[in-house]
Amino acid sequence: MSYATLKDYLRESRLFQNRALIAAMVVVLALFALLGRLVVLQVMNHQHFITLSQDNRVKVLPLPPTRGLILDRNGLILAQNLPTFSLEVIPERVKDLDWTLRELGAIVNITDSDHKRFEQLRSQRRRFDSIPIRVRLDKEEVARLSASRHRFPGVEIEAKLLRHYPLEDKTAHVVGYVGRINEKELQTIDASSYSGTSHIGKTGVEKSYEEILHGKVGLQQVEVNALGRIIRVLHSEPPEPGKNLHLSLDAGLQQAAISAFGEETGAAVAIDPRNGSILALVSNPGFDPNLFVEGISAKDYDMLQQSETKPLFNRAIRGQYPPGSTVKPFIGLAGLETDTMTANQKNYCPGFFQLPGHSHKYRDWRKGGHGGVDLEQAITQSCDVYFYALAHQMGIDKLHRFLNRFGFGRLTGVDIAGERGGLLPSREWKKQTRKQPWYPGETLIMGIGQGYFLTTPLQLAHAAATLAARGMEHPPRVVQSISSDYSTVAQSNIGEPRALQQNNAKNWSKVIESMTQVIEGPRGTARLLKNDNYRIAGKTGTAQVFSVKQDEEYDEEKVAKKMRDHALFIAFAPVEDPRIAVAVIVENGGHGGSIAAPIAKRIMDFHLLGQEM
Amino acid sequence: MNRFYPPSGLRESNPTKADGLLAGLHLDLPLLTGLILLCLYGLFVLYSASGQDAAHIERQLIRLALAFTVMIVVAQIPPAQLRRWSPRLYIISLLLLSAVLIIGHVGKGAQRWLDLGFFRFQPAELAKLAVPMMITWFLAEKTLPPTSRRLAIAGIMILAPVLMIAKQPDLGTSLLVASAGIFVLFLAGLSWRFMGAMVVTAVPAGWALWEWGMREYQRSRVLTFLDPERDPLGTGYHIIQSKIAIGSGGLYGKGWLNGTQSHLEFLPERTTDFIFAVLSEEFGLTGIILLLSLYLFIILRGLYIATQAQDTFNRLLGGALTLVFFVYLFVNTGMVSGLLPVVGVPLPLISYGGTSLVTIMAGFGILMSIHTHRKLLPT
Repeated sequence: MSYATLKDYLRESRLFQNRALIAAMVVVLALFALLGRLVVLQVMNHQHFITLSQDNRVKVLPLPPTRGLILDRNGLILAQNLPTFSLEVIPERVKDLDWTLRELGAIVNITDSDHKRFEQLRSQRRRFDSIPIRVRLDKEEVARLSASRHRFPGVEIEAKLLRHYPLEDKTAHVVGYVGRINEKELQTIDASSYSGTSHIGKTGVEKSYEEILHGKVGLQQVEVNALGRIIRVLHSEPPEPGKNLHLSLDAGLQQAAISAFGEETGAAVAIDPRNGSILALVSNPGFDPNLFVEGISAKDYDMLQQSETKPLFNRAIRGQYPPGSTVKPFIGLAGLETDTMTANQKNYCPGFFQLPGHSHKYRDWRKGGHGGVDLEQAITQSCDVYFYALAHQMGIDKLHRFLNRFGFGRLTGVDIAGERGGLLPSREWKKQTRKQPWYPGETLIMGIGQGYFLTTPLQLAHAAATLAARGMEHPPRVVQSISSDYSTVAQSNIGEPRALQQNNAKNWSKVIESMTQVIEGPRGTARLLKNDNYRIAGKTGTAQVFSVKQDEEYDEEKVAKKMRDHALFIAFAPVEDPRIAVAVIVENGGHGGSIAAPIAKRIMDFHLLGQEM
Repeated sequence: MNRFYPPSGLRESNPTKADGLLAGLHLDLPLLTGLILLCLYGLFVLYSASGQDAAHIERQLIRLALAFTVMIVVAQIPPAQLRRWSPRLYIISLLLLSAVLIIGHVGKGAQRWLDLGFFRFQPAELAKLAVPMMITWFLAEKTLPPTSRRLAIAGIMILAPVLMIAKQPDLGTSLLVASAGIFVLFLAGLSWRFMGAMVVTAVPAGWALWEWGMREYQRSRVLTFLDPERDPLGTGYHIIQSKIAIGSGGLYGKGWLNGTQSHLEFLPERTTDFIFAVLSEEFGLTGIILLLSLYLFIILRGLYIATQAQDTFNRLLGGALTLVFFVYLFVNTGMVSGLLPVVGVPLPLISYGGTSLVTIMAGFGILMSIHTHRKLLPT
């Protein structure tokens, strides 16, 4: 062994001995710490623990919190908790399940779908869990069951609070509903805060405000005897009930809007432009959310799912439609604000538009054209050629940038779960998703709200509200405030407004004035809305469902209802001091002016005049 | 095991004869004595914890026999041979761990073992030995203390299997494997400055993760993990019950077979992870001191063997294996007494169950091999 390696060897050996000694000391110290802990438990707190262990029949039971209520702006209840009785079976404690179910069926009515749901739940849960066989027993049934309960060990009548939505389908798409917690949700919730709670918000406000509505679980340390019966409550931490939500929604307005729709399918959203609060949000038809609370039967679900009118689909926040001509005021404003043109500049409309050097004719909705039109005339008569030309002049990049400011193509951030963002096309978007360059023709049709461009009714209402507030953008909110007690309104939930960039306030006035002429002008497309009570600014729109070939006529009569155009209308009123902004879309309704505008009118009437037509 | 080790050897009546036999089998008498006493003590506790179930004892005896056999077999392998095998063993355990992850992924669930048909094998157990062996082999190649470049490589070699095991998910085992590797680094002379720096960077990193990297429910889970009594409806229930068991044991305990907490089934996992609570309830602080003394004896003997070893590989490996044994003990007892978070680590050599038992005894086999294969130094 050379001297160097020997030196290394000794050095390493010493290093190791050093470290081993430290390790040994740490081990001894740690064991002493542990021993100290045990002395605390076994010597110092011995009496405490011996008492606990002597009658350690201590059980910890969860005390589930009561879910918060949901109320409309006038205090009308939209979601509450009703006591209900259900008949529950604990499979483990039942000797002959088939016999028990048969005999129970002789006392109360148990349908096939009850049986199916029971079997389904039984396969999902543990043997010692209590499983409902019948829910919502009436008083008479409870009495009859109680009388013969002794015959059925393992069968219990359970009283519990069940979520109930008094307005049923009227508010289903806003309030949403709760349902049983499923596997997937179990993974993201704090399991112990939901022990004793079987339901969780699935859609709408019930979902987006789940944490606030749920409250905090309480617990009870109880002493039980050998049979598990509670003898004494040792310690109790009461649950903290969920907080109540006060919506800005007006249930009356909501109902008025729904009745205005009649049999038509579509959506309407009404927003207060002064603060962004949602006054009405309708997706017609609705559905009864109460069906989902205790688990919907397969038959009911299939019916809702397969219905052609898609009642489960929340059109107001998830339906994505081409905005059609309702986007023209915004594009006109873009033209003014970017100094692309002036309001008085006239454009000649021969009934079609051609890109220089191209033969393709982009047609106007009016075959003969509108002749020479300025901005106001273009908006009131909804001249397509004017906006083809304007869009072409501005180009896609400017157009995209400007429309983006109004919230098109992105989520409004509304506090209702499940919102979709629509689509505001751009050069980059097309390159990324389609791997294609942007074509000038696509800019043209974007100028009249067609092509790739998609918006939700909420986005349209939000944009109309922003226009009405002359650039003050308020994030749309349906929950106005949150209160922890029925009486005290605690916490405001209104979002911070944001001022949009403005070049010249006159431009905004000009566009709003033009929108007023849509209703008041002799050739306005919504002139049947003209009234003496208040002034309305609006814009009609028609969104193509299927495209008409070049040189072909679109004949309403010949086209099947399903293929007919969507009718749109956006408006706000009173023009001088807007208190309501509305967007209405009627699926396959045809013309915006004749179908969608009257619905918007009835919504505004109800809100501004307090009259139901 | 009496076949290998006559009871007369326990008494010092015929030391020379016993020493001869033990030396021939490459066994270390003090370590062996400690281990046997500890296992016997464990059997007594298990008998009570299992509700006086002879079948439990029988199965545990078979496992102990298997584990001691493994120890004896390993003790026959010269340390030089173990050293040569280290890289291969490490790579095999990495491959097996990946196999487990892939199968677990396909089976869409937590997966820890490979089913070999006749028995189930947990690759994580192999990693408990392979990781310290590999790190030791790697560091012992060059002079100690290691350079920072070699430290970084060693760190990666520890991290890879640890992450794979944590992903299974098996937090307890990944912690043990990680500590095995880290102990090798520590014993190899990891500088104090470096250790301090790790602590200093870990604190703000943890804070940042807490502040920005976690959602509310994840924070709540971490808090519950750190303080199970926050959640008396979940894991906190175990801790509440095991504290009652320990505390009510007092100085002398309620007596063997008289523990109410365990016999009335208030105590969960009483034969496995929470067996320490049964012992504390029935034998009190006295029984605990006896238990901890046995453990301490074994640990100190292990460290002594390590210091007496003749080359770096043997020293580091022997020391690290001993310290991992201590981690088992401390994490388990700390958890059961509510001092540490709940991590699924058994009480070594006492908890019911076989997989970790075999690995632990294989580790002691290595220690014995290190001690009994020494050669006289050339003078």
